[in-house]
Amino acid sequence: MDRSWITVDGNEATASTAHRANEVIAIYPITPSSNMGEFADEWSAKGHTNIWGTVPEVTEMQSEGGAIGAVHGALQAGSLATTFTASQGLLLMIPNMYKIAGELTPFCMHVAARTVATHALSIFGDHSDVMAVRQTGFGLLSSGSVQEAHDFALIGQAATLRSRVPMLHFFDGFRTSHEVAKIEQLSDDDIRALLPAEAIAAHRQRALTPDRPVLRGSAQNPDAFFQAREACNPFYLACPGIVQETMDQFAQRTGRKYHLFDYVGHPEAERVIVIMGSGGDTVVETVEWLAAKGEKVGVVRVRLYRPFSMEHFLKAVPPTVRAMAVLDRTKEPGAVADPMYLDVVTTLVEARAAGTSTFAQDPVVIAGRYGLSSKEFTPAMVVAVYEELGKASPQRRFTVGIHDDVTHMSLAYDAMLDIEPESVKRAVFFGLGADGTVGANKNTIKIIGEETDNFAQGYFVYDSKKSGAITISHLRFGPKPIRSAYLVKQANFVGCHQFVFLEKYDVLEYAAPGAVFLLNSPFDKDTVWNELPSEVQQEIIEKQLQFYVIDAYKVARDTGMGTRINTIMQTCYFAISGVLPREEAIAQIKQAIEKTYGKRGPEVVKRNFAAVDHTLAHLEKVTVPAAVSATRGRPPLVADAAPDFVKRVTAMMLANKGDLLPVSAFPIDGTWPTGTAQWEKRNIALEIPAWDPKICIQCNKCALVCPHAAIRAKVYPSDRLEGAPATFQAVDYKGNEYPGMKYTLQVAPEDCTGCTICVMMCPAKDKSNPKHKAIDMVPQPPLRESERENYAFFLALPEVDRTIVKPDVKHTQFLQPLFEYSGACSGCGETPYVKLMTQLFGDRLLIANATGCSSIYGGNLPTTPYTVDHCGRGPAWSNSLFEDNAEFGLGFRLAVDQHTEQAAELLKRLAGQVGEGLVEALLSADQATEQGIIAQRERVAALKAALHGVATPDARALEDLADYFVKKSVWIVGGDGWAYDIGYGGLDHVLSMGKDVNVLVLDTEVYSNTGGQQSKATPMGAAAKFAMAGKAVGKKDLGLMAMAYGNVYVANVAFGARDAQTVKAFLEAEAYPGPSIIIAYSHCIAHGYDMAMGIEQQKLAVESGYWPLFRYDPRAREAGASPLHLDAGAPKSEIGKFMRNETRFRVVEQQDPDRFRELLARAQADVRKRFALYEELARGSAPTTGSGSSN
Amino acid sequence: MDLSTSYLGLTLPHPFMTGASPLVDRLDLVKRLEDAGVAAITMHSLFEEQLLLEQKATMRHVVAHEESFAEALSFFPDRDDYRLGPDEYLEQIRRIKATVDVPVIASLNGSSGAGWVEYARLMEDAGADAIELNVYFLATDFETPGLEIEQRVVQIARMVKDAVRFPVAVKLSPFFSSIANVTRQLDAAGVDGLVLFNRFYQPDIDVDSLDVAPRLLLSESSELLLRLRWLAILSGRLNCSLAVTGGVHSGLDAVKAIMAGADAIQVVSAVLQHGPSQIKKMRDELERWLEDHEYQSAQQMRGSMSLLRCPDPAAFERANYTRILQTWRV
Repeated sequence: MDRSWITVDGNEATASTAHRANEVIAIYPITPSSNMGEFADEWSAKGHTNIWGTVPEVTEMQSEGGAIGAVHGALQAGSLATTFTASQGLLLMIPNMYKIAGELTPFCMHVAARTVATHALSIFGDHSDVMAVRQTGFGLLSSGSVQEAHDFALIGQAATLRSRVPMLHFFDGFRTSHEVAKIEQLSDDDIRALLPAEAIAAHRQRALTPDRPVLRGSAQNPDAFFQAREACNPFYLACPGIVQETMDQFAQRTGRKYHLFDYVGHPEAERVIVIMGSGGDTVVETVEWLAAKGEKVGVVRVRLYRPFSMEHFLKAVPPTVRAMAVLDRTKEPGAVADPMYLDVVTTLVEARAAGTSTFAQDPVVIAGRYGLSSKEFTPAMVVAVYEELGKASPQRRFTVGIHDDVTHMSLAYDAMLDIEPESVKRAVFFGLGADGTVGANKNTIKIIGEETDNFAQGYFVYDSKKSGAITISHLRFGPKPIRSAYLVKQANFVGCHQFVFLEKYDVLEYAAPGAVFLLNSPFDKDTVWNELPSEVQQEIIEKQLQFYVIDAYKVARDTGMGTRINTIMQTCYFAISGVLPREEAIAQIKQAIEKTYGKRGPEVVKRNFAAVDHTLAHLEKVTVPAAVSATRGRPPLVADAAPDFVKRVTAMMLANKGDLLPVSAFPIDGTWPTGTAQWEKRNIALEIPAWDPKICIQCNKCALVCPHAAIRAKVYPSDRLEGAPATFQAVDYKGNEYPGMKYTLQVAPEDCTGCTICVMMCPAKDKSNPKHKAIDMVPQPPLRESERENYAFFLALPEVDRTIVKPDVKHTQFLQPLFEYSGACSGCGETPYVKLMTQLFGDRLLIANATGCSSIYGGNLPTTPYTVDHCGRGPAWSNSLFEDNAEFGLGFRLAVDQHTEQAAELLKRLAGQVGEGLVEALLSADQATEQGIIAQRERVAALKAALHGVATPDARALEDLADYFVKKSVWIVGGDGWAYDIGYGGLDHVLSMGKDVNVLVLDTEVYSNTGGQQSKATPMGAAAKFAMAGKAVGKKDLGLMAMAYGNVYVANVAFGARDAQTVKAFLEAEAYPGPSIIIAYSHCIAHGYDMAMGIEQQKLAVESGYWPLFRYDPRAREAGASPLHLDAGAPKSEIGKFMRNETRFRVVEQQDPDRFRELLARAQADVRKRFALYEELARGSAPTTGSGSSN
Repeated sequence: MDLSTSYLGLTLPHPFMTGASPLVDRLDLVKRLEDAGVAAITMHSLFEEQLLLEQKATMRHVVAHEESFAEALSFFPDRDDYRLGPDEYLEQIRRIKATVDVPVIASLNGSSGAGWVEYARLMEDAGADAIELNVYFLATDFETPGLEIEQRVVQIARMVKDAVRFPVAVKLSPFFSSIANVTRQLDAAGVDGLVLFNRFYQPDIDVDSLDVAPRLLLSESSELLLRLRWLAILSGRLNCSLAVTGGVHSGLDAVKAIMAGADAIQVVSAVLQHGPSQIKKMRDELERWLEDHEYQSAQQMRGSMSLLRCPDPAAFERANYTRILQTWRV
């Protein structure tokens, strides 16, 4: 049999089968399934064919609802079609899934099962999504490992063709989808052999075609529907048998045996766990360990969950079983129990009633919940479940894996239990995202998996932050297939690729006694010991670790690798671990380098080779002293001044110890305090800006562009300088609007990410030495202490009086940002807009945030960036979904307006008690200015005081609502994926309604958060995922579409090009009493260039006409002017100049210069046409757009 | 009229060819150049340093963001055919060769010894008919003596010459203290031709933004004079052929260059200004001039005004600016 061993992750394994077994693939990106669609797209783009010799058509749609619609159509037209999705995406497919099943359509889709958002979003794995479709009529086929995912993708496809019951094949998101493992790859012949030709022909025969016309999708009435709905029953009855037959055929061909319910364990087991998914592997591993100790335990792995075959289930379970625990990886609040338990119990009860029960004694069945959102599920937890089953009266409902101190449902377990055999070698590596650790580890797995007889497994834990992200790699190698679907706890090898991690994390908690500890250290073997925190020294001594150091950064520098230390550390790993002979290992590493980086250019390969060759000379073994000598321990992660919640909960999460927090530590409904990012001092910048007040012109542009609110300006009375730290800098304020005041520009040294955008923006150069600017980048460590003190002093200085701030760039930057130190990428092009929004309106702001980058850096734990002002006011923020954000924000508006109306009603009723004058003033207040708002707040305070003495229910009700007399600003924020694609229908509707909402579209022109898939905002000529050859159609003109309503305020802005226009647009949008939309150009790492150049690129984008700047204000019509005002003149440069600076365009040129030239020419022509159209509109000579009025 | 010439061992119907320029980026332009009768086409330079920079930048700004964040393990589609090495350039050579029949001369600016040799070989393999080495070191290091720069140039020429079979030309800058000696060394190293002289981006100063802005202005006929002098000095003294580049804008300019000793004439600015037809125009002007002045062939006047043969050789040798300045004052 022509099969090869490959080392791939679950997504690739699945897509590998699905791509070869289908003709039409329609997808929409969603974590953790996105990669399946990307693999399929990549293979199709490279011309890889399916088993019938055609290249599958891969199409990205505007939403999962769109993807399944396209699939439904393709199926109806007789194609073999598939899709890949997860979580909310799957939920969007439900209506169509009913249809596809109702029409008995052969179709197998693949789901990387992920948590459905409830009190919070989670990208991680559990079965809440697939459990939400169990009623659609789809078969649910569950695989539990990378190999199984590969196999079941075929079994599902074959079974659906034969049974006509559509199949949903799923596996655990991340745990399986992202686990890299060595598997045997199915050959094309295997796929061909399993897929029944006659069933495929029958499917094609059923195709909708005018040559054999039929009608499907009729509307049926009470006389017909019910019976017709029951007509499909025989197919469901036959389905389990067909799936089993298919599994048997598969086994015959491959030797891998699967059953609808796979039983593993003692043939006379008394205690059994029933489980689905990757957790099954862990239970199998534990059962084997327990069985070896003579315990009568077993596990039933559910493979086909729907249709649920009671008959097959009963056959699978040994009749000796006395107690059974059904483990669900989902939560169905309010149900009798979670779903799989109910299926099992019903099966047993019915069997007993029917007299078909095989059990000697009716087993006790208990329901357990585990593993929500990829919570670890370990052998220790499995053992705890078996122990519970051994009790005389086990807990009937339980959770395992957490500590539930509220409803006390959780089982206790021995966290230290380790059952992994010696033969499995385990390694854990701590790295930085940017240093390439994960990539090198993936190569290591491939090398060991493919060059030795060992099986290999890798799993990678990523950061919740996008800048300075840490990664933890968990690797296993062993002579047998690896079933451990959980993180390594006791590693034989711990690699710490960043010295500073020792100060933050308990890196060595992963080290088994006697393990190797490899540290990338700027200190050599003789000096490193004294630099270690005491806890680290202690652990090294206690666990008798073999301690090695290498100055990997030196090797990287010397060999031209910059900060990429991955291959250096990888070489050390191979050298120390001895997994392969040294010479062979080095040859293999080099081969992997060639494969990985060859396409990045020969120089990169050359430098990597040099790094590998120079490594071993710098690797040193440390002689470990007998006793701890350090007097310094690991510093606390948050300051003592932090609120209790931050110290109790957030700090644990920051230390990677969040798993230890009990249920009671958490809010019950997902409500979370704001302002927590300020307590996480990340210190990720190697260099920070230093201010030279002598040169500074006090323009505050640096503050405007800073993505992390880490450089700020204040103007304040000079007497407040008393007690300033010695190095605190202050100068006289230069303008005449704050006479006698002082000015300070201050960096937040521990929050700055070192992106240098502020320095690039700074226009103030030293006239005698222009390379010195008012701010220059300087090394952070020497300044950390002093600037920390300075920053604390700065923060304590009074904030500017908002009522006298002029509405321009400079003065708005004196306003306190209420969005700070987010986890966005260093140099992010979105966050300056978000920050500006909070500076201008933060104290009255409700934000509806579409899922995407902005919801992740805005709301991903452990810490979040939205914060409060000195009065405790600040943005109230929420994320509903990806697709519904405009509607969600509209809901805010409707509610706020209702509250205000009700308050007004109550106020009028209480006029006698609170005074007519106050009532009149409150109801007619002009809140267009800061003064107006402050005056209104004072009136509200007066009202509350007046109400104090009124003892009526109305007065109490008004007290609760009184704050709504103060203007509330609703902003609807999201990226282009939301605004242009998935949320466009809702956005369009909301804009049409005339309500006073403001929309901020952070346009990166690509799905940034999920890794660069094209959206309708992606410009012509740009390469993106699903547009590999460069997008051939232009960007959708969202602004023009919004203008078409005539009553929508629309602005196109780019802060790097014209910051004054940006500020103006925000103020006008806010002031406009109807719907407003700002489309904000946001440079992004997905564009592929140095983000420090983001400002320059924005300038080029505008200069070239690529990104026109305009404001469309319907109010101008009243003055007889055109509503459209162009804020940038005719294009001054060619757009090629802009495009060639960015990788997204450059790769297209590099791959196919002619195509690029053609796309460039078309894009250039589009720019001209678009500008001409805008000019006409601005002159008012074009046909007038709609003239609807706003509310 | 016989305008033919031999340059780098290539027999050309006339001396007019395009010099290194972006003209070769577009195949339609290349075709138009051939239609206009261009004798040969020189590619713009492949800059090794730029390739290295681009690869480095890709690592820093694309690869470094990969495998960092759970939802986005990469940001670009994974293609095997990213062209971050010389592939794009080599592919263009192949395409131009497939499009036109005239000789195509590749041009290279290396930054490492290995790079010069490696890329020259690749260009030969890609089908280029010859290579022009665009050697230019801006010697800003106070510790580097002029001799070392000269040795480096000669060394590169020798290495490339040893590594390839196709003809090798060296494009020189006029910034050598002894141009004649450098050319003699290059000639001895076996180079097939010299191109006089390179023109460079020059830093300009933006006095408002206090920035340095590099600029490249199109050449003018006045720049030809420097070339004429050195052509005349070198003509007849070296085995290798000579090309002039910079300042030839008309048939008359070409007459002067040929009289000074040029075997080939590279034109860029004139074509950029007036389009490919300028080649034909200049060729026709040359032909007419030769006819009007009763020459039998272009070869007949080649080198007639060189230092060896011209009536007043001292005029080329003297640093005669004093006289010119006086004349100008009058």
